[in-house]
Amino acid sequence: MNNLPVSPNLIVVGGIAGLAAVAAVGVVLFNNAIRSAMCLVLNFVLLAVLYFSLNAEMLGITQIAVYTGAIMVLFLFVIMLLNLGAPQLLVEKKDPKRFAAIGFGVVLFGLVGSQLLPAFNGVSTPQALDDFGGPHAIGRTLFSAYAYPFEAVSILLLVGLVGSILLAKRRI
Amino acid sequence: MNGVPLAVYLGLGLFMFTAGVVGVMIRRNPIVIFMCIELMLNAVNLTFLTFARYQAVKMPIPGDQQASMMAGQMMVIFVMAVAAAEVAVGLGIIMAIFRLRDNIDIDELNLLRG
Repeated sequence: MNNLPVSPNLIVVGGIAGLAAVAAVGVVLFNNAIRSAMCLVLNFVLLAVLYFSLNAEMLGITQIAVYTGAIMVLFLFVIMLLNLGAPQLLVEKKDPKRFAAIGFGVVLFGLVGSQLLPAFNGVSTPQALDDFGGPHAIGRTLFSAYAYPFEAVSILLLVGLVGSILLAKRRI
Repeated sequence: MNGVPLAVYLGLGLFMFTAGVVGVMIRRNPIVIFMCIELMLNAVNLTFLTFARYQAVKMPIPGDQQASMMAGQMMVIFVMAVAAAEVAVGLGIIMAIFRLRDNIDIDELNLLRG
């Protein structure tokens, strides 16, 4: 990787990726659930920017709308509804499980990284078409070749809707 | 963007996945554990999109060539849909448990113990 010229694109993408990694660590380490959620929002927005840098504009916008717009709002609603703020902040006890988990994470990162990343060492030119991520291309594929999975997902979302209402009702 | 090695995106995806795994193992708040699961799903999404953009691995996929070029993006869309359904049901379950008992420490939930 040392013979790779450092291009401005690499600096921009590397900076955004570094920020996203810091935000991911913040999700795990913050004791307060709301701070974790805010870190996760930051991480998702930075990921959307990375999707834009991969020319996947449609999915970047979907990422912002679905994840930061819908899912994280749901998380924040539940955190505030359960009132997990200062009074009953779960005290994270120092137990040996923590060190074992961090060791496991380091081993996982090292193992997969050392096996996977060298295989793609010289690859730095995108091969796909530049407009492969636009709404036009995605819509055509989604409604032609992937029509049956699309319908299955619609059934899944319907079942999820019914299930969440059933769980939320006190008395049916 | 040209000139960005594939390994940058893959490394970020691997790091986010590892952070999610460690978070699921060490945190005791079920909502934060859910957030860590979302982190893992997003790491996988990033990896799918990276491979879809770079097309580094040429797999002989039968059928429509255009459709197989779009397979990574389609997978990301379906992962997002499944994640949305999963969060709706999962947070409903957490709310139901919290209504049953005031403590939602995940290490002290042993209702399923035989």
